[in-house]
Amino acid sequence: MDVTPSTAAPVVRLIEELHKLPGVGPKSAQRLTYYLLRAPQEEARALAEAILEVKEKITFCSICQNVTDRDPCLICANPERDPSLICVVEEPLDILALERTRSYNGLYHVLHGVISPMDGVGPEHLKVEELLERLKGSSVQEVILATNPNLEGEATAMYLGGLLRPLGVRVTRLARGLPSGADLEYADDLTLTRALEGRQEMS
Amino acid sequence: MTTPRIYKTEAIVLRQRKLGEAGKIVTLYTPNYGKLDAVAKGVRRPKSRLGGHLEVLTHTTVMLAQGRNLDIVTQAQTVESFAPLRADLQRLSRAFYAAELVDRFSPEGAESYHVFQLLLATLRRLAVARNVDTVVRYLEMQLLGLSGFQPQLARCVNCERALAATPNYFSPTAGGVLCPSCGPEAAGSRTLSLNALKVMRLLQSGSFAEVSRVRMGPALAQEVEMHLRAYLIHMLERDVRSAAFIDRLRREGFWEPAEVSS
Repeated sequence: MDVTPSTAAPVVRLIEELHKLPGVGPKSAQRLTYYLLRAPQEEARALAEAILEVKEKITFCSICQNVTDRDPCLICANPERDPSLICVVEEPLDILALERTRSYNGLYHVLHGVISPMDGVGPEHLKVEELLERLKGSSVQEVILATNPNLEGEATAMYLGGLLRPLGVRVTRLARGLPSGADLEYADDLTLTRALEGRQEMS
Repeated sequence: MTTPRIYKTEAIVLRQRKLGEAGKIVTLYTPNYGKLDAVAKGVRRPKSRLGGHLEVLTHTTVMLAQGRNLDIVTQAQTVESFAPLRADLQRLSRAFYAAELVDRFSPEGAESYHVFQLLLATLRRLAVARNVDTVVRYLEMQLLGLSGFQPQLARCVNCERALAATPNYFSPTAGGVLCPSCGPEAAGSRTLSLNALKVMRLLQSGSFAEVSRVRMGPALAQEVEMHLRAYLIHMLERDVRSAAFIDRLRREGFWEPAEVSS
């Protein structure tokens, strides 16, 4: 790190702490530090307290395994949401993305990872048992597999599909196709094939 | 080999890991430059023009620009995506294993034309073969040969006498087959049936067409797999992680290709 030894020790410490964060390089860390130095006392305190609060209060929801400050989480406890529908995602961040669409009103289940045989991650390292437990004797009618459309995500979806179908629940997979604003000429064959397969009547 | 600043090559994508906000580091296996890591920027965004062409286990043509540290992928175009492989967990689990094995046996930048061709042929076979495990056994034995770890199957590794048509022994530590008089004392040796020896010899020196004509019962297939796996682990000095997933699918009776309605 290109900080001179003459820099005050607390400043250096903050720069080093910020530098540990993902996506924050040495220059960004310095910029953030000097911003905080100039920022009002309350703003710095609010940030520090927010960080402490997530570490102290956040746990996993006992139903959907999402991160939450209360158990069951806000989504699982919401009577407005459709309990017959479960959307299975890899990470809590995926819920954020799906919620942004405002077009899904069912529940979720977070796997906290994805099957990746080459990295030694198998189904036993994911929240698969919890999902099966949850489906037992429940009113769930459909499970939407919303793992990422890459190889590991597909492997996970296939594995879960094989596991869930014998339970008599409808298992669906997110559609694959072209993103809005994309160019056909740059699309890969697999995406184009899926987009063709999933074509829809113009309405 | 000196490479130009911008170069084009065929490649098979062995693995990926995330890099920064939306990028990935892809491990490519190329016919002329061996195994190499390259940076693919922005491929985790849905609108990425590269992402779909750099998926793990695709045969692709890439344009690479020399970077300070790692080379950077500037263009990519899929040659073959082995679609049937991605639609069937049995095939896919073997393909993961094949990629991991090639990754483990290949030091960065080693000369690689034959290994590339072997991997390509293996992925094509895995996409269509009726017996995916035979494809994997053939890959294992051929890869051992190409990497200079070929087990000695012609004669006893200890006394160098020709082997009789009886059950013998196989020892990874000794590096091959041992005759009934040398075998029992050798470290880590286990009995090797005559049929298993024949199959292993064919895997070593036969063509895939010849190998695929052999009908193996489950017991024989299991024996060959057991010996080869022990040998691979001994040579690599570590476990092949993807094997655990194959074992799990077998244990759970996942024999039917899993279909997900969409």
